[in-house]
Amino acid sequence: MEVPILKQGQYLIASIQSALTDADLSQLREALIAQVGRYRARGVIVDVTALDVMDSFAVRTLRDVTHMARLRGSETVIVGIQPEVAFAMVQLGLTLKGVATALDLEEGLAFLNQQARARVDHAR
Amino acid sequence: MPADERRLAVASTMPADERRLAVATDKDVVSARQLGRELAAGFGFSPGDQTVIAAAISEIARNILMYARRGEVVLRVTHDGPRSGIVVVARDEGPGIPDVTRALTDGYSTSGGLGLGLPGARRLMDEFEIVTDVGHGTTVTMSKLKRPQR
Repeated sequence: MEVPILKQGQYLIASIQSALTDADLSQLREALIAQVGRYRARGVIVDVTALDVMDSFAVRTLRDVTHMARLRGSETVIVGIQPEVAFAMVQLGLTLKGVATALDLEEGLAFLNQQARARVDHAR
Repeated sequence: MPADERRLAVASTMPADERRLAVATDKDVVSARQLGRELAAGFGFSPGDQTVIAAAISEIARNILMYARRGEVVLRVTHDGPRSGIVVVARDEGPGIPDVTRALTDGYSTSGGLGLGLPGARRLMDEFEIVTDVGHGTTVTMSKLKRPQR
């Protein structure tokens, strides 16, 4: 199942709608990295609210997205990790270290805006 | 007893809520964990435990795919007083695991993964057992008890 990617201003928003296979996740990674360049996106939000499970493959793929997008000049934030999903992730030993997370879409957008402002301030 | 009757007798003592799923593609991994969640929900596990069980199944089923390419997952709920719960058996006829101790160590992987599949699944479940025979296959049996005795 393909994940729809919306362009919202300078940001890309990937909104996962259902459980994803490993192939779906890899496809999402490729699509996001390609679109960061195509749309000159400064930020990426991956909304995982509807994801049933975040296992080691999902975490590895999202971590790769974050690092690859960063190398292309774009910040990524993962939003919508549900409490029971977070619990299982911690038990599994999956920490998403080095990856920004936010409670929901609204907080994710706020985070990216803040990052953008920090970039401007830094440039001054 | 004729063979047919014997088969029948065995079948009738099989738990009604046992489900068997072949694992040969990444879609099967999703199906296995969803079925596990469904069974766990039907058995009255909390949403938290349902997710824990689904995550453990996801890791173990993916290991089948990655290392053995095919195998099966058997899910069973057992009604046995304080030992009631869900049992997951993941079986393959793949290469086996030469060093089980290392395979159960966080961060050790021979496939380029995070190396958290087996040790993570073990942490998620209440009981965990691996039987492996190099060259012949691996069977992981793990269970989550409804009311773990702590």
